Amino acid sequence: MTTADLATYNFAYLDEQTKRMIRRAILKAIAIPGYQVPFASREMPMPYGWGTGGVQVTAAILGPKDVLKVIDQGADDTTNAVSIRAFFQKVANVAVTTKTRAATIIQTRHRIPEEKLTSGQTLVYQVPIPEPLRFLEPRETETRKMHALEEYGLMHVKLYEDIARNGHIATTYAYPVKVEGRYVMDPSPTPKFDNPKMHMSEALQLFGAGREKRIYAVPPYTEVVSLDFEDHPFEIQTFDKPCALCGAQDVYLDEVVLDDRGGRMFVCSDTDHCEQRCASGHRGHLAHDKEAAE
Amino acid sequence: MTDAPLLKVRDISKFYGARIGCRNVSFDLWPGEVLAVVGESGSGKTTLLNCLATRLMPTSGSVEYRMRDGTMRDLARMSEAERRFLMRTDWGFVHQNPADGLRMAVSAGANVGERLMAVGERHYGNIRETAGDWLGRVEISADRIDDQPRAFSGGMRQRLQIARNLVTSPRLVFMDEPTGGLDVSVQARLLDLLRGLVQDLGLSAIVVTHDLAVARLLSHRMMVMKDGLVIEQGLTDRVLDDPREAYTQLLVSSILQV
Amino acid sequence: MYVAVKGGEAAISNAHRLLADRRRGDRSLPAIRIEQIVAQLGLAVDRVMAEASLYDRALAALAVRQARGDMIEAIFILRAYRTTLPRFGYSRPVETGAMLVERRVSATYKDLPGGQLLGPTFDYTHRLLDPSLLTDQEVEAPLEREEAGEPVMRVSDILAGEGLVEDDGSLPEGHVPGDLTREPLEFPMARDLRLQALSRGDEGFLLALGYSTQRGYARTHPFVGEVRIGEVEVELDMPELGFAVSLGRIQVTECQMIAQFKGSAKNPPQFTRGYGLVFGQSERKAMAMSLVDRALRAEEFGEDIVAPAQDEEFVISHSDNVQATGFVEHLKLPHYVDFQAELDLVRRMRRDYEAAQDKDLPEAAE
Ligand SMILES: Nc1ncnc2c1ncn2[C@@H]1O[C@H](COP(=O)(O)OP(=O)(O)OP(=O)(O)O)[C@@H](O)[C@H]1O
Ligand SMILES: [Mg+2]
Ligand SMILES: [Zn+2]
Repeated sequence: MTTADLATYNFAYLDEQTKRMIRRAILKAIAIPGYQVPFASREMPMPYGWGTGGVQVTAAILGPKDVLKVIDQGADDTTNAVSIRAFFQKVANVAVTTKTRAATIIQTRHRIPEEKLTSGQTLVYQVPIPEPLRFLEPRETETRKMHALEEYGLMHVKLYEDIARNGHIATTYAYPVKVEGRYVMDPSPTPKFDNPKMHMSEALQLFGAGREKRIYAVPPYTEVVSLDFEDHPFEIQTFDKPCALCGAQDVYLDEVVLDDRGGRMFVCSDTDHCEQRCASGHRGHLAHDKEAAE
Repeated sequence: MTDAPLLKVRDISKFYGARIGCRNVSFDLWPGEVLAVVGESGSGKTTLLNCLATRLMPTSGSVEYRMRDGTMRDLARMSEAERRFLMRTDWGFVHQNPADGLRMAVSAGANVGERLMAVGERHYGNIRETAGDWLGRVEISADRIDDQPRAFSGGMRQRLQIARNLVTSPRLVFMDEPTGGLDVSVQARLLDLLRGLVQDLGLSAIVVTHDLAVARLLSHRMMVMKDGLVIEQGLTDRVLDDPREAYTQLLVSSILQV
Repeated sequence: MYVAVKGGEAAISNAHRLLADRRRGDRSLPAIRIEQIVAQLGLAVDRVMAEASLYDRALAALAVRQARGDMIEAIFILRAYRTTLPRFGYSRPVETGAMLVERRVSATYKDLPGGQLLGPTFDYTHRLLDPSLLTDQEVEAPLEREEAGEPVMRVSDILAGEGLVEDDGSLPEGHVPGDLTREPLEFPMARDLRLQALSRGDEGFLLALGYSTQRGYARTHPFVGEVRIGEVEVELDMPELGFAVSLGRIQVTECQMIAQFKGSAKNPPQFTRGYGLVFGQSERKAMAMSLVDRALRAEEFGEDIVAPAQDEEFVISHSDNVQATGFVEHLKLPHYVDFQAELDLVRRMRRDYEAAQDKDLPEAAE
């Protein structure tokens, strides 16, 4: 057996039959915003739980003229993002970018870019557990029924318990949303900070869960409302300080531990956003140090 | 009571394979009426109750329910969505074992509030206030509102289950041995409480019990079951004071001897 | 002072280079050849084929080598290859009654047509380390039966003759056997799909579940009706030709586990069966599979569902080791965005807590 006998892979890895099957699932998902469409997820050459759902969605919609950006934790250079980007360069020879604005497809794990996405762009989320009711009800047969009958009381029971115990809602990521007034949906483990970006987004948002074999979608200009109580409205995280490098306010920050004496700094989690701002002359309070170091 | 029945039960039979659960049961239940179903162990009481509450599919027969808009609907022909909606708004179901009817891992307040949230209540303060109110009505002290039912005694759990069921002002409540696992003094208090609530709220109820004292205290009318059949029914006082069937006489006399 | 972490690409490529080095190991030793793995680590190859659902010894051996002997990694590699293969069609059901058996044992009959045939088994070997394997000693040629090649009647057919055991079962009218790898998996499943899932399920997981049924977590009173290992013919219907053509032979292990059943109003008392069928020689897997299959039929027989092995969603959702390993191991991917959110919350809650403590203190002192 020589390697030459092994398969030569199709454009974007998946065979066309499989892509058609996935596209049908995507179309159905777009037609029923927030509804989880079962699909026959394939084994991918990366492990389940490492973005196979997102990769299959991207592979199914990717064309030769697309420009792909892949982020993990908001950054283009985290190892898994690098690996997925390299995968598509290899199997689809597609143009890649780190610039949010330049991308036609952005595959993401755990963040939505800070820069507003625009019409024509598609954001593909990697989803580990698509079922927002899963930790309240482990049975698939039961959760599907709850969605079908719009029985979402249990979701609010969870939020009620949070408030009763902590005085406020203690869910910080994977914060459940209701889509177009119908389906309750898990936005994937993005911080709740990003939830408002999903609402009425100009971009198409697709969600792929490979191991759990579900695809769902939020079409452009769709209402996405975070669950809450009238007297305990949904709130996003706020940060005390701006980004130490670019001075950005109102962005999501990563905490970076600088030494073993409690020294830490906060910088943009969205690396492209930070770089763009630095390039156009914005400066945070530690930016000087950084330039000196380079 | 108005002139139309709330529940119309016709010829309900349930077979478990070849074994009879209950057979050819028919009756009407009127608004505001409490019906007790009594009989010895294995006589088919729970089977009948579950058939009425759509928790079991009867083998034959029909159950019709008068909706809030006045229309009579055949329960077997309703969609599952409609049935489940009825279950969490218009109906209550009190299980013998409170653990079957409560969420043991969420607080008492959330247990009571769940039905409110399920029908769209979205004001935390109001939900909590209503839950607190109801805990008061079932004599659970306000400072236990954030405790889980695990930390409650058997009697408290049963009262919590009752509050959880009544919070949406249902029109019809099914109860299967609501005082079953409780000791005698706790039973008496719970019965008093139930009687008060049923009267105040004008509830209709079907109460399954093997305890004639429960039937006497709570119900207007009663049915006696034996081997899956209803062998006698009538006003509670009449059946207990002047039983016609030999079997009922035996039941009544045995309880009187106690 | 602070420079963001860069160079993920270089790090990955260096890591992979190191991996290749470790895989090759000591260069003064000859590299292990695929043919050697196929010939001498055959049961490892069989397990990879079974759980990858691809019958190809050479590719499975390549995967074993590539994975440095990590079985689940090898299964994963082979699966990821399998999934890209085009589907030509579906074979006819293999006829295990016509199997050329190399091993066949029954625990229910002392002797039976075709006899008990031990075959190449570890059973009754004493598990003493064998120094002779340290050197390349001559191995005797095996003794072969003379009349090999006769099909051997299945034990289930013997019992079926008297109506003592349920028959093979038939699919409902118009039911086309599903394909787990082509259609989304949905619960509840029909038995055909369930068996497919079990057949590629993790050997260790099924072993543990099967074991649990023996220890009382959904006891089924099992007997091994028969375990048989051997080659079966794979045939494909050719609509153009109007008949089936043989594609060749594959080795499989089949287990028919006989279990108790009291009978019901509709059915007279008879034995029920659990079924196991896997690629290659893997008796442990086939037996465990048949125990779990039987346990999962609880609802069909009106048995109470009280144990993990009877819970279809639980068993099928967690039996696939490629899925399981991916999700468990994904925990090592960066989660710092989520962690940051939780960190922030815990800090806030601690501030609230301390504030409340401070408020309480003076009162307590009074
Ligand atoms: N799931 C079942 N399968 C088979 N038979 C059943 C089932 N449930 C109940 N039965 C049978 O139906 C008959 C009526 O049982 P049911 O539980 O309705 O009695 P009950 O009057 O509620 O008794 P108890 O007072 O002991 O609760 C009994 O003979 C019982 O064995
Ligand atoms: Mg009962
Ligand atoms: Zn920045």
